[in-house]
Amino acid sequence: MRQYICVRERDYVCDSLDYLSLSQSNTDRCDMINQDVCIYVYGFVCVQVNTLSLQMQSELTEVMGEIWSNGGVKSAVFISRKPGCFIAGADIKMIQACKSSEEVTCLSREGQKMLEKIEKSPIPIVAAIHGSCLGGGLELAIACQYRIATKSNKTVLGTPEVMLGLLPGAGGTQRLPKMVGLPGAFDMMLTGKNIRAEKAKKMGLVHQLVDPLGPGLKPAEERTMEYLEEVAVGVAKEIANKKIPLTKEKSFMQSPVRKKIYKTVSERVQKQTKNLYPAPEKIIECVQTGMEQGSEAGYLAEAENFGKLAMTSESKALIGLYHGQVACRKNQLGPPEKEVKKLAVLGAGLMGSSIAQVSIDKGLTTILKDTTVDSLSRGHEKIYKSLDAKVKKNEMTAFERDTIMSNLSIQTDYSGFESADMVIEAVFEDINIKHKVVKEVEAVVPSHCIFVSNTSGLPIRDIAAASQRPENVIGMHYFSPVEKMQLLEIITTDKTSADTLASAVNVGLKQGKVIIIVKDGPGFYTTRCLLCVFLECIRIFQEGVEVQRLDALSESFGFHTGLSVVADEVGLDVALHSSENLSKAFGPRYEGGDLEIVRLMVEKGFRGKTFSSGLMYSSLHSDCSLKMILCVCCSSSDSDIQLRMVSRCLNESVLCLQEGIVANPVEGDIGAVFGYGFPPSHGGPFRFIDTFGAERLVSTMRRYEDVYGNQFTPCQLLLDHAKDHSRKFYN
Amino acid sequence: MASMLLNSMRSCSVSHSWAMRFGVRSLSATAPLQAQVQTKSKKTLARPGVKNIVLVEGVRTPFLLSGTMYVDLMPHDLARAALQGLLNRTGVPKDAVDYIIYGTVIQEVKTSNVAREAAMGAGFSDKIPAHTVTMACISSNQAMTSAVGLIAAGQCDAVVAGGVEFMSDVPIRHSRKMRKTMLSLNKAKTLGQKLSLIGSIRMAHLSPELPAVAEFSTAETMGHSADRLAAAFGVSRVEQDEFAVRSHSLAKKAQESGLLEDVISFKVPGRDIVSKDNGIRPSSMEQMAKLKPAFIKPHGTVTAANSSFLTDGASAVLIMSEEKALAMGYKPKAYLRDFVYVSQDPKDQLLLGPTYSTPKVLERAGLSMSDIDVFEFHEAFAGQIMANLKAMDSDWFAQTYMGRKSKVGTPSMDKFNLWGGSLSLGHPFGATGCRLVTTVAHRLKKEGGQYGLVAACAAGGQGHAMVIEAYPQ
Repeated sequence: MRQYICVRERDYVCDSLDYLSLSQSNTDRCDMINQDVCIYVYGFVCVQVNTLSLQMQSELTEVMGEIWSNGGVKSAVFISRKPGCFIAGADIKMIQACKSSEEVTCLSREGQKMLEKIEKSPIPIVAAIHGSCLGGGLELAIACQYRIATKSNKTVLGTPEVMLGLLPGAGGTQRLPKMVGLPGAFDMMLTGKNIRAEKAKKMGLVHQLVDPLGPGLKPAEERTMEYLEEVAVGVAKEIANKKIPLTKEKSFMQSPVRKKIYKTVSERVQKQTKNLYPAPEKIIECVQTGMEQGSEAGYLAEAENFGKLAMTSESKALIGLYHGQVACRKNQLGPPEKEVKKLAVLGAGLMGSSIAQVSIDKGLTTILKDTTVDSLSRGHEKIYKSLDAKVKKNEMTAFERDTIMSNLSIQTDYSGFESADMVIEAVFEDINIKHKVVKEVEAVVPSHCIFVSNTSGLPIRDIAAASQRPENVIGMHYFSPVEKMQLLEIITTDKTSADTLASAVNVGLKQGKVIIIVKDGPGFYTTRCLLCVFLECIRIFQEGVEVQRLDALSESFGFHTGLSVVADEVGLDVALHSSENLSKAFGPRYEGGDLEIVRLMVEKGFRGKTFSSGLMYSSLHSDCSLKMILCVCCSSSDSDIQLRMVSRCLNESVLCLQEGIVANPVEGDIGAVFGYGFPPSHGGPFRFIDTFGAERLVSTMRRYEDVYGNQFTPCQLLLDHAKDHSRKFYN
Repeated sequence: MASMLLNSMRSCSVSHSWAMRFGVRSLSATAPLQAQVQTKSKKTLARPGVKNIVLVEGVRTPFLLSGTMYVDLMPHDLARAALQGLLNRTGVPKDAVDYIIYGTVIQEVKTSNVAREAAMGAGFSDKIPAHTVTMACISSNQAMTSAVGLIAAGQCDAVVAGGVEFMSDVPIRHSRKMRKTMLSLNKAKTLGQKLSLIGSIRMAHLSPELPAVAEFSTAETMGHSADRLAAAFGVSRVEQDEFAVRSHSLAKKAQESGLLEDVISFKVPGRDIVSKDNGIRPSSMEQMAKLKPAFIKPHGTVTAANSSFLTDGASAVLIMSEEKALAMGYKPKAYLRDFVYVSQDPKDQLLLGPTYSTPKVLERAGLSMSDIDVFEFHEAFAGQIMANLKAMDSDWFAQTYMGRKSKVGTPSMDKFNLWGGSLSLGHPFGATGCRLVTTVAHRLKKEGGQYGLVAACAAGGQGHAMVIEAYPQ
């Protein structure tokens, strides 16, 4: 019983997969303009998300042309037919396909023109938003005269372009400040964060909110979309009848205030990006140009800068990481035979309790077992506190918190393990303890139960040696803090069954992780690479380079925090332990810094912030017994120091690929960036080598090899790449 | 439980005079109020080995808008009035009752076992134990079914059940911080300790804590949930307004024809005798349409006028085993037969209790929708009733959410809430259940039906239904 109708629906049949490429289109039209509201329903049938692609742009232009030429249409509504997605952004492939910055600039100009037309539309247009409204989607929405959004958790608005090294290139840098004010606009565009509907309403980004509905005579989501449409149509009519006034633009601050804002924001950006990422500065520049010199100049600056940014290696690296990350969140193995419903975690320390936390909030029944009541109590409290913090921030209700906590049981015995589907051990890193645990667990669990070791370095096959059912043993290497770190490194041995792997992947994805699957071996992938950097750091340090300089150099290379901080976070004792293991396994390649220093430090009880606070450095210089280890002869330049740190780990990454530890460069890059903080601006070791040049890397390493020995010997695969220029890890 | 907001908005909404001029434009304007007594062809639901339990009598105080005539009373005063009314009407000896159970929702902290306080004041023997139950809007249903349980188990023969709600005064508390300070003050020994505690009181301590109008688990107010429910089932504003007008018009008619015989007169101390419900206000659709939505703004459909209002009132029923009633010389009004309680998602299906409970109780009793002669459903919101009717009429809903093969069907509007409902008569949360059951008994008698069905929703996503059989004339 729709009274208003001019529905126009188009179905696109396209060649699947996430970031779309449309092949053929199949248009199904229905134009019945007998009332005065036109509803433009868009969406592609077999694409997971809507994106603002070329195809959609041309369709939009065509539709708008028709609407405007039809005098009977007094208002219009834009709504997606895809539940959970308004428009998730511009089509990245469209940008990637461009060969030059001019081409991209041209794309941006066209987008700007189209959205300007919509902004200046003679009839009011209402954007009805349910689901992600990001990037290009948000730009389209803010070009409309009125925005209605559902209060659903799925509804998020944002300008994530900056995270891809880009900027909102269809007028967003010009429109947003007018809509939400300068500080709000900068906050959105520079952080790229997602904004929930309620917040968006407060900011003035949307005008009206619609509650998501429960099930009625149709599934909840379907009905919610209909409801949104009904409300939007009602609003569109009322705007056309002048019953709802359109809000005016935000009044502007005085020019000195604006200047102060630009300055503060620039300074903060500089401090945070350390000039590694060009996009934030360009965003500020575009906003400033638009505000101070008028929107014509602003649009021009935006389009040009968009073009420039799209061609930067940083943007390409970030886009690569985005795709990689999307790929690593997919389940390529399919569901396991028996879904894991009940989990048990051994060890209620930092690791164990965090693993339990990310499991219970996804609805997994979880047992947290430890040997002492004290550590159980601490673990329980840690989980409760972090959930309660969400309640205090209004991110969940107290009731949801309690329901989540009800999935957790803490205990010191093995009761209940007889129905566990998976046991994850997070006990001390000692092979004997692990063996003991394997035996204890296998005595109580059912035969299908999977035994997972959360070790950061012990080979899984060694742990599995104690098992009656090695096919059920697998490694899941979580990174601390588990709630924040997205990566999960899953380690399979030769004996691990395919179904065990499928179960592990399933659980990992449920826990919200980005997953790489690697082969077993000492240090797996991430630990192996990270320790190379660590060892070289120790050597550089021995050469008399201060911690501050070391940190500054690693940060200016793009590491998020100084490498000394990383070393402290891992823990010197853990780092030492793992380094020793790896040296045993790999021999001279894992030499470099004298581990004796670290050993002495650990023996002397230096823990915590030993490294990053410079404590290690000063105590070394004051302690005679240690002083002799220092060889004060660092002749390396800054860039040499950086390359020394990083080239060993690059080589090790390539070696891992060569040995089949990592399956492909994508997983290798994702593991490095998400696991141990390899600079995202370089996109990961493999992309870095592609950009830097394998040949150049090899010749640099040869230089270091002459001085320091075979830790710098390039591996065969790297040599192959150096020899043949056409060989790249990414095509 | 309607929002407190509704009260003030409603009082200025619709006027009486309009009501008279415009008739009912309702879902069913042809109410067979004076239906012919039909011949009894249906079987009885009596089962071998199951005790017959009967409703001997049911009364209630007039239901008044909160803040009106009852404003200076306390909850147990109202409950006492209902109990005294029951005593007067039945003449039951004050020590012949074995047990007393009352339902209430918002508890007055001083009389948390309001059943006991009211019973003693009403003159019942102090040897009769009494307890209070709470189950949101189906509290007095719970009181009655508890009584049924006691009798069926052979523990009692005669039980008084009832319910009371008093919204003119609700417990408003000091803030938690202030309460903590005050409690610590009790324990402080030295003057210094006391002074430092008093000194720690800040402005924030002084903001009071109102009783929660919202669902505790979801923090959503019931009106808001009702609006979403109505939207989910595509119930329009007009449908809701029409149903509300229907309820008020039917209530008015029933009141004027003297059908509401369960209402007793109550001399309010310090005020006049109250003998009529005062929330019945039929009005025109035009008047109804003028109101703005009360919960979801600006596009919601639930308004003050199509929701039940905050009400003060109490009810009481006398329930006995059939043998006992006959032995004492009573002519029972009806048999209380099968009943069920259900519960579901308190967020999206908060008010769908009747949808879930109806097919279940019919199945238990071996009846179908068409066997029922009298329906009395609790009207929390017009939108809630309409949503339930649509859900009951949907095969998809029955299959997807209730795990049933097919829909149960909708009650015929010619048999549905013909003497008004909670929307018009008022809804004292704890007292409504007894009103529903008593009304079914009275209507069965008046209309000559055999079976009646009571169904209600309640906060927490719970629901209830009961089958009532007419007592042979």
